[in-house]
Amino acid sequence: MPQVSLNQRELADLEMIASGAMSPLEGFMTEAEYRGAVDSMRLPSGVVWSIPVVLSAKTKEQERLKPGVEVALLDEAGNALAVMEVSDRYGVSQEYEAQMVLRTTDEGHPGVQYLRSISSVYLGGNIHLIRHPEHRDFLRYRLAPKETRVLFAARGWNRVAAFQTRNPIHRAHEYLQKCALEITDGILIHPLVGETKADDIPADVRMRCYEELIERYYPRERVVLSVFPAAMRYAGPREAIFHAVVRKNYGCTHFIVGRDHAGVGDYYGTYDAQTIFGEFDPQDIDITPLFFDHAFYCTRCGNMASTKTCPHGKDDHVFLSGTKVRQMLSEGELPPAEFTRPEVAAVLAESATKGGGA
Amino acid sequence: MAGQTPDMVTLKIPRPLYERVQQLIEGTGFRSVTEFATYVLRDLAAQPALEKRPARKKAPARMTAAELKAARQRLRELGYL
Repeated sequence: MPQVSLNQRELADLEMIASGAMSPLEGFMTEAEYRGAVDSMRLPSGVVWSIPVVLSAKTKEQERLKPGVEVALLDEAGNALAVMEVSDRYGVSQEYEAQMVLRTTDEGHPGVQYLRSISSVYLGGNIHLIRHPEHRDFLRYRLAPKETRVLFAARGWNRVAAFQTRNPIHRAHEYLQKCALEITDGILIHPLVGETKADDIPADVRMRCYEELIERYYPRERVVLSVFPAAMRYAGPREAIFHAVVRKNYGCTHFIVGRDHAGVGDYYGTYDAQTIFGEFDPQDIDITPLFFDHAFYCTRCGNMASTKTCPHGKDDHVFLSGTKVRQMLSEGELPPAEFTRPEVAAVLAESATKGGGA
Repeated sequence: MAGQTPDMVTLKIPRPLYERVQQLIEGTGFRSVTEFATYVLRDLAAQPALEKRPARKKAPARMTAAELKAARQRLRELGYL
């Protein structure tokens, strides 16, 4: 049987398809599914789907794979994880895909760099899982969608908000989560642990921050911490739609969208990831997005607030850029408690001294 | 709009909308707002696109009793339940 080795993103996609996280996808995208996702953010069935989920041919030999052929999908160690029945083999314009999905063809964008690194021939077809990808980290936090749904039902939660960021959690994120908790039964804190940029905060550091925070500042019975195995696309608005719709499969009814969700650099406007939801009928999205403005601690209000709720100026707001936080930590200085909980700051400081960044 | 008879029911719409439609149908051949609304609704209801509209929510695959038991067991072992 021919074999295709999966890269990190494809491996994460395979795991999510197999677990039902990417339902209704049952395999890597066929050409019709791909065209629908790229051109109109919908699958041929009409279901909203804003991101291509594709398997690239890795060698010239694989490019000769024909529909009807079964191929073994391997992890990086050469373990066979699944069999895919190839139904489509199709060439694409990655320039067009980048422009449509990432809204740029700039080589500085990590998503464009990824596209440049893979073949422009994709293989589509349903997969049949043989074994789950092997993990050595976050084992106790890896819950499949069917498990989170059982968990929410067991806790009696009907309204569940999902929250995701690839950044360490600061007071602003905590504020968003607790605002969401005020109007829902529980929250799924769902940090992304798939492949990210090399200079993003490592997932293990982010998870330790969450553990510290939840232990001390959250009502445990109303929070579930679990990991989201997807790889980052850095597709900003389109990825926000994707992150929202897949959370339905996990049993969530609401999804928090803050400023520049899934963005990178200055490729997207601050609230592009929110306005894109307006392009769809809410019934088609079928999960309620919770939009939040820029949040901060206001010294005059004496509390956390956002530009929607605070009348004061920037001079009264405690806000630090990621660059500033990294600089402070590298100099042995902790961010103020109004910006980051001391316990989280300690985790970040420890990571920074080991070269993990903040 | 329509009187209450065995074959007909009454629909309520905002009065400003009713008055606006009244203006719109002047000279069009529609004799009343009721006639116009019936025409539009009948036309809309006949569109196959409405029936093909994506399901609001994909029903999660039904779990067998064994799968449910296994999921609960794992959640307990991990400390979630």
